[in-house]
Amino acid sequence: MEEPAREVSRVNRREMAKMLAIGVVASLVGVAVALAIDWFPAESSTAADRIDTLWDIVLMCAVPIFVLVMTVAIYSVVRFRARPGHTGDGPPIHGNTKLEIIWVTIPFVIVTSLAIYSWIVLDDIEASEQDQVVVEVTGRQFAWSFAYPEEGVKQADELVLPVDRQTEFKIRSADVIHSFWVPEFRMKKDAVPGLTTTTRVTPTRTGSWQIVCAELCGIGHATMRQRVRVVRPEEYERWVAERRQEGGQGGEAGGSGENGG
Amino acid sequence: MSLAARLTAPGWWRALVSLPIGAGIVVAGRALYGWEPLFDGDAITTVCLITVPLAFLIGIGCFDYWFRWASGAPTVPEDHSNHGAYSWRDYFKVNTDHKVIGIQYIVTTFAFFVIGGLMAMLMRAELTAPGSQFVDPNTFNGLFSVHASLMIFLFVIPVFAGIANYVVPLMIGAPDMAFPRLNALSFWLLPIAGIMMVASFFAPGGAFATGWTAYAPLSTETPLGQTFFTIGVQFAGASSIATALNFLVTIITMRAPGMTFWRMPLLVWAQFTTSLLVVIATPFIAGSQFFLLFDRALGTDLFSPANGGDVIMYQHVFWFYSHPAVYIMMLPGFGIISEVISTHARKPIFGYRMMAFSLMAIVILGFTVWAHHMFVSGMHDWLRIPMMITTLLIAVPTGIKIFSWLATLWRGVIHLRTPMLFALGFITMFTLGGISGVMLGMVPVDIHVSDTYFVVAHIHYVLFGGSVFTIFAGIYHWFPKMTGRMYDERLGKIHFWLSFVFFNLTFGPMHFVGVDGMPRRVADYAEQFAALNALISVSSFIFGATFFIFLYNMIASWRHGPRAAANPWRAHTIEWQVSSPPPVFNFDEVPTVVGGPYEYGVPGAVHAVFKGEKEPAGTGPTPAVAHRPE
Repeated sequence: MEEPAREVSRVNRREMAKMLAIGVVASLVGVAVALAIDWFPAESSTAADRIDTLWDIVLMCAVPIFVLVMTVAIYSVVRFRARPGHTGDGPPIHGNTKLEIIWVTIPFVIVTSLAIYSWIVLDDIEASEQDQVVVEVTGRQFAWSFAYPEEGVKQADELVLPVDRQTEFKIRSADVIHSFWVPEFRMKKDAVPGLTTTTRVTPTRTGSWQIVCAELCGIGHATMRQRVRVVRPEEYERWVAERRQEGGQGGEAGGSGENGG
Repeated sequence: MSLAARLTAPGWWRALVSLPIGAGIVVAGRALYGWEPLFDGDAITTVCLITVPLAFLIGIGCFDYWFRWASGAPTVPEDHSNHGAYSWRDYFKVNTDHKVIGIQYIVTTFAFFVIGGLMAMLMRAELTAPGSQFVDPNTFNGLFSVHASLMIFLFVIPVFAGIANYVVPLMIGAPDMAFPRLNALSFWLLPIAGIMMVASFFAPGGAFATGWTAYAPLSTETPLGQTFFTIGVQFAGASSIATALNFLVTIITMRAPGMTFWRMPLLVWAQFTTSLLVVIATPFIAGSQFFLLFDRALGTDLFSPANGGDVIMYQHVFWFYSHPAVYIMMLPGFGIISEVISTHARKPIFGYRMMAFSLMAIVILGFTVWAHHMFVSGMHDWLRIPMMITTLLIAVPTGIKIFSWLATLWRGVIHLRTPMLFALGFITMFTLGGISGVMLGMVPVDIHVSDTYFVVAHIHYVLFGGSVFTIFAGIYHWFPKMTGRMYDERLGKIHFWLSFVFFNLTFGPMHFVGVDGMPRRVADYAEQFAALNALISVSSFIFGATFFIFLYNMIASWRHGPRAAANPWRAHTIEWQVSSPPPVFNFDEVPTVVGGPYEYGVPGAVHAVFKGEKEPAGTGPTPAVAHRPE
């Protein structure tokens, strides 16, 4: 009784070709859909561009793999489902060394390539450029404050950056861990008590976005939000000059605030 | 029973009288130092959180045998008086029968699953719209912290221990676990941990609200509720470690004759590798939480940067456990899926040895990836690259498992029963979770999406679509064995399809809001995320409600379901060769293993035989079907 059942379960070339065709079409459609989706907030830094491209390439690898798994699973369920009353077993196939080598090797090559590519992207987005603006960022429960040591601006509640020029953030915390994140820039770094952490961003367009605290920091974590404003270089210089003038009084206030923290 | 007898015999009464000890210690200590106030609520609570559970364990009788032995009183090594359950009351006593303990584990953990699930419902109610709806931010932070802690420490990890407790000794042909009394103690540590975590809501200042990760220094500064987590985790961890040791010794020393490692069912392999992970990794979370406790209660400065403390160190120690912990929460599920797919597709597992090797590979690689949780934490930059590479490489052994299951399905005779449906659902959901895991592993992507809803989506795809689906698969698969009854197949299928659809509608959209910039662990969010969050919340309520289909099915079937045969799935592994439910001591005679566990389709092949059984003629060296004479 079992032999005929085994013959029934044999899959001929035409069926395999059909399955392959369905898989290829589904992969193409899937990749197209995945790439068409507007995943990210608007690209507003050089890093955003690189990260979004990396994301697209991962999707191009991931969708076909998912489609492959789904196609084989669904095909198997439809094609090999037990008919009512069928009590036989499948053929005793214990493995296939060639196949197993293939599905070790291909994923290995894919993930290794992705790792190398990620490393290259990471080096690029973190590279230090000439002529930086340096901003000291301090997180405390539940607000950010900013200082521009090279410009003589000791304290500001608003973050203002010049467009197309790299800013190096030196991030500290006055109490617990926070995380400095502007989704439009894609860059994020924790503010850690006892450490100064660094991240670099080169904004590529003017505009105003939210600074989000991404690390749970207590009751006010969800509302620890401030604005970053990216402006043209002239406007930035004007703002710095204004702040520097205010600095006399503002600096005192900032200083006492720091002591209090 | 007289009052005196009640108070001295092991049980709940004796547990009650020994409770005030801890408070006494604190007050006496403070009096000796001359400290004011004499009655310090925080100090008393902290000490009582340790002494009350210990008093309870002693009271209920977990240590009676060992105390008698240590004091030289006569003991009976083969004392089976606490073995087997003959009424529902026996489930509320210290019991040494692995099958009773297995049921105790499963029922207890599902109770905490319901509590944790209800907390999730409350969070989704709050997140239905931006702004504040039902709970204040502190309560919200408490809800997600306790939700995660319950789901991880009181559900996924111990429910696997429960299923394995029931099944593994039967599978390897052993009469019980190696250390039945330790097994009982392991179980009774669990409800203590769970009750402590839930009770933290009643502490002044509210429940612990620093996430299940409890990052210092936030966790050293928050109110008393945090201590409930810090100490609760110790009990859950001790339970985990003791069970894992028990499994290791049981699997290494108590396999039936003929059961070589390469003849072990893959669930046994999975439990073996998981136990290795637990034994090596769990002491690290115990350490991390003890350090927190020292900082909180004794005034040490381990995580106080102003006094030379190091807060990054906390994260390294914490994740050195908590990353392997995700494999502790997944490998047993891999084992269950292998049993279910092979049995219900009637085919041998494709690439059995590679399946076992890939488990070992995951154990080893699993210890080399922890810092991928810390890519933006401010740790040394160089450490990110090796951790990224190892993280992505874990996709290889995981891929081996997915492809081998698919190849097992291929040309099988697939019976789409409920366990099989959950196994198939698991494969698809876990593949998605694996893909988002690879994305998270890539440093540049992670810099953007770490601590966002993308992470929330990912962990629920691997822990719910992954682990919990395997748990459902396992519960349905072994329900006939554990209860002696059949579950309702129609309700099971409804449960699967509703879960599957609404699982995806709940957690799928979280990928989008996360990448788009919504951070996790927030009670309030920007207007732009409102539409998708409303969809997520509505789906989650329906998703939550599907659980009650499962609950009804389990309870009704347990009471009134049709009687189950010894081997309703015609499986080959040994647990199916004894009656449903199995006799108190499992086997009247020790089985002998004569072949692999999944020899479906091999004419006349069996996995194990019982002595006295006639070998059927004409089948060559491997004797045929082993049915226990009933």
